[in-house]
Amino acid sequence: MHTFFDILQILLIPLASPLITGVIKKLKAKFQNRRGASVFQPYRDLWKLFHKDEVISQDASWIFRLAPCIVFAVTLAVGAIIPLIDLATFAAPAGDLLTVIYISAIGTFFLALAGLDTGSAFGGFGSSREMTVSALAEGGLLFSFLVLALVAGSANLFSIADSILTTGNFYLQPIVLAGIGFFIVLLAENGRFPFDNPATHLELTMIHEAMLLEYSGRRLALMEWAAANKLFVFMTLGANLFFPWGLMHTFSPGALAAAVVIFLLKIAALCLAIAFIESTIAKFRFFRLPDILFVSFTLNIVAIGLIK
Amino acid sequence: MTEFFASSRGFVVLLLLFAIGAAGSLLFNKNDRQANYWSNLFACAGSLWGMFVAIGALVAPEPVAFTLGFSPFSLLRFSFLLDRLAAFFLFVISLIAFFCSIYAIDYVKHYYGKYGIGTLGFFYNIFIAGMLLVASAANGLFFLVAWEIMSVASFFLVIHDRDEQENIRAGLLYLIMTHLGTAFIIAAFLLLYRSTGSFDFSAIQSGGAAISPVVKNAVFVLSLIGFGTKAGIIPLHVWLPAAHPAAPSHISGLMSGVMIKTGIYMMIRVFLDLLAPFPLWWGVVLLIAGAVSALLGVLYALAEHDIKKLLAYHSIENIGIILLGLGSALTFLSLQLPTLALLGLVASLFHTLNHATFKSLLFLGAGAVINQTHTRNMEELGGLIRLMPQTALLFLTGSMAISALPPFNGFFSEWLTFQSLFQGIAATDSRTIWVFVIAAGSLAFTGGLALACFVKAFGAVFLARPRSNEAQHAREPSFFMLAGMWPLAALSLLFGIVSGYVANILQDVAGTLSVFQGFPSPFLLAETGRISAGGFSFVSPPVVFLLLLIALFAVFTAFNFLFFKKQKTTFGPTWDCGADLTPRMEITSTGFARSIILIFKGIMKPTMLKSVECRDGETRYLPKSREIRLGISNIYDTCLYKPAQDLALRFSLYARKMQSGLINMYILYILAALLGALYFSL
Amino acid sequence: MIRLLRKTVATPSPLISIDPSACERVDISVVGREIEDHVKRLFRGSLAIRQVDAGSDNAAEQELVALSNPFYDVERFGVHFVASPRHADMLMATGPVARNMAEALRRTYAATPDPKFVVALGDDAIDGGIFRGSYAVYDAVKNVIPVDYEIAGDPPSPRAILCALLKILETIGANSLN
Repeated sequence: MHTFFDILQILLIPLASPLITGVIKKLKAKFQNRRGASVFQPYRDLWKLFHKDEVISQDASWIFRLAPCIVFAVTLAVGAIIPLIDLATFAAPAGDLLTVIYISAIGTFFLALAGLDTGSAFGGFGSSREMTVSALAEGGLLFSFLVLALVAGSANLFSIADSILTTGNFYLQPIVLAGIGFFIVLLAENGRFPFDNPATHLELTMIHEAMLLEYSGRRLALMEWAAANKLFVFMTLGANLFFPWGLMHTFSPGALAAAVVIFLLKIAALCLAIAFIESTIAKFRFFRLPDILFVSFTLNIVAIGLIK
Repeated sequence: MTEFFASSRGFVVLLLLFAIGAAGSLLFNKNDRQANYWSNLFACAGSLWGMFVAIGALVAPEPVAFTLGFSPFSLLRFSFLLDRLAAFFLFVISLIAFFCSIYAIDYVKHYYGKYGIGTLGFFYNIFIAGMLLVASAANGLFFLVAWEIMSVASFFLVIHDRDEQENIRAGLLYLIMTHLGTAFIIAAFLLLYRSTGSFDFSAIQSGGAAISPVVKNAVFVLSLIGFGTKAGIIPLHVWLPAAHPAAPSHISGLMSGVMIKTGIYMMIRVFLDLLAPFPLWWGVVLLIAGAVSALLGVLYALAEHDIKKLLAYHSIENIGIILLGLGSALTFLSLQLPTLALLGLVASLFHTLNHATFKSLLFLGAGAVINQTHTRNMEELGGLIRLMPQTALLFLTGSMAISALPPFNGFFSEWLTFQSLFQGIAATDSRTIWVFVIAAGSLAFTGGLALACFVKAFGAVFLARPRSNEAQHAREPSFFMLAGMWPLAALSLLFGIVSGYVANILQDVAGTLSVFQGFPSPFLLAETGRISAGGFSFVSPPVVFLLLLIALFAVFTAFNFLFFKKQKTTFGPTWDCGADLTPRMEITSTGFARSIILIFKGIMKPTMLKSVECRDGETRYLPKSREIRLGISNIYDTCLYKPAQDLALRFSLYARKMQSGLINMYILYILAALLGALYFSL
Repeated sequence: MIRLLRKTVATPSPLISIDPSACERVDISVVGREIEDHVKRLFRGSLAIRQVDAGSDNAAEQELVALSNPFYDVERFGVHFVASPRHADMLMATGPVARNMAEALRRTYAATPDPKFVVALGDDAIDGGIFRGSYAVYDAVKNVIPVDYEIAGDPPSPRAILCALLKILETIGANSLN
């Protein structure tokens, strides 16, 4: 029963991630006084794209053709080694913070290469911008986890969540600061406002979407799905590391139900926060973005200072 | 059997192999083909023998020490010490030299009839032998001789392609810088001799307690500058991005992969082995030097559009990462935390090994590209992945490894470096914690920027469409070049997967240093192939590898063979809003890095040269062509080397006044000198 | 030749004629609901439209943009506009196809993966409209790429576009049954 549940947990990320983007889109529509598409619309988009033919650039190499598989597989791999609902899964020993960060960097690497591969001008500057943002986000990302690792005395994400459950109250300020720092990185890494507009149609302002302009059909579906996965992974990390309350320690149906409900509430709150930000502020000028990312880094440094 | 290799006889055979290779190659100077095969086959044999010697010394229970021959000078002894540290470096040098030599068999063919292959082979063999001597010498003077052999031989290799004025200038810069460094090293050894009365490492080590702190600090600073020049620490790095591109590619691979590591080896030897114990600030200085070199190295690499210069700057970055490990080791030792120090030292040794494998792989790959396209300028490359698929795959492997992407080896050594820095933040007090925070922050940003830089390098060279005629006619390199690169790529992956075991061996290597003697067996590292850093964290390389493999395999199989197979795939031109897409519209490597350079313009001081040519000269409304050059102003030349040069020049002019030409004055000088000598001898 | 001619005669006119006054009267949400049903059946619940401006005077674009505003909000019916023809199911071409845009239009058509539908939107796109006969235009989208459906109007109002879209979807549905 336990193992079965663990495997189910690995599938939770890809199965639920389109719903998360759907919910954010729905909330944004509500903010704009629209009814908006159904929360299940992303599933329909993916399903349709999987049934469409493909047109691939004749300049594209195997990098372009293989990249969707790699990017998607990477999100699956990361999703398997982070704390979702259960703290005692078999994946727990693999969940080292550096491993998680650098495995997800593989996805960014191949996404950016795929953007360059077709020789399209849009794809090229898309990957240039993506790499700029993700390079500068790396410091904030690593250090926000490091703050937690220092609090918990362990760099394993499961131990971190476990330890913060018990000792977190003593370190409330650093954790909150690191949480804000992480949230900024979440927005940056997933191409949300104020870094990127996920709904834009203007090629000149795109970051993430510009790299996908050449994709069609089922490869596009895989790429979109991977992006949704990545957003869900980051939201899960934010929800379960910085606010680990509600995670399941030992397996029991009651604890499971409580853990699932609390997890969903936390994710819903994060969705609301993202939708609120996207509806209230404008996208920043590209050369203002480093400032926000350095703010994230600095917040974490301050948090480390508070711990010591 | 292993005893034979790791003995004086085994070592003599090793040196003989290189000597025969060098001499024979000179003999065959008339015939390029014979000289090529002779020199490279003997270099291969010698390197292979060197690996056996190193392995023999690694498994030997006691350090192997011996003295060869007879020296006419009392202070110079040709004594060798093959302890585990030396053996490890011997192994790295031999390993990389072996594959570079295989590669060279086909690579140097394009010099046939142009430059003498005999001299190239001669200096090549001497160069490798010099590096091996540097790593095994146990006497200061003998070491300096070996150091000089290595430096001069590599100088002649750098200027091998001597028809280009630029290469000669790069070679001269290298010669001057390396001798500047050697001067500092000589000063350091003289100071040590003054305090201990010997040039022998063992005597210096046993007399270490008698050295006064002032002398110790002076030796530290002098040898940091001296060895730092060879290693390429910023701001002593200026020769590196000039000399590496000028040299033939297999030489660049060797220089970048292993020669600069001899500087690291000597730092470990002098600081940790000879001079311990030492004050805290040594480690702090190394940490800061490492942080600065790592971050600035990768930023300069981003600004580069010459593929080999880009790789050379990455060597500076990686030397910085190695120094972060070494610096934390020194800091922890001063703070009486030997187990953490061992972690830091293992991290730096592991990164030395890893950097040697993937950086030589990258240089060899770049050499294959340059050989085909005759340009180092990435703006003129592109689209080579279709023309040189194997080279592209190999270069991609190297790129992933150097960007610290799992499951390749670069990730695991960077992981260990991160752990030692994290431990520094967690375990030290408020005085040193901020140094570690700065170091870890620098390493974090370095990782992200290196990823961006290799997306740029791989994208500009191998992806999209060829940007020049030369790039359109590239072909896969011939057999031996590929045969030199494939094993290095395989090793990059293998060292990643088995990094737990490698770390275990390195722990033994580092643990035999005298500073770690007498401490209880440390907590560190691997059981069942996982690496751990105490209770703080661990990672299991095989599990990471399997996780990625299974995920990729599952997605790939499901995607290509199970679901949605009915859909048709058609091929068409790249869609670019209906415009006529030409290779000139692809993003250039300069354009790719522009945003990062502008973000860091405070430290990089970019220069932008715009020149517009107009059809109408007067009114300038109709531009014909536009040229934009984004460069980096060389602040080291303008702020450090130029003032130093001016100062030296001014002093020389001042000192010239001494040469008045009057005979009375010279007699006065002689008298003063005599009196002085008399006074000091009394 | 004769077969081609017969086919030309037999093919029904692609023009989607709608009764403007009838369209004025209907409730958008009712039309939308029906569109949603058709999109669910024909396009698995997701219809991606790429708008191609082939020398238009921007009137039709204004009306298309209005489709996404809170009043019409076509997104709720599963219809959305995308940034690349590679992502699209349907191309909406506007304008009389200026000579410089003809090649771009052809390439856009080629870049769209099957199954795809081309809709010429507005009188300009159908027969050149007020620009007809000008030396600078090709007069109609169908002169450059195969057009499946046409929506008349100069420009058609968002409401008219929605009604026409419903009709198009009904026609596609009827054709796919055959």
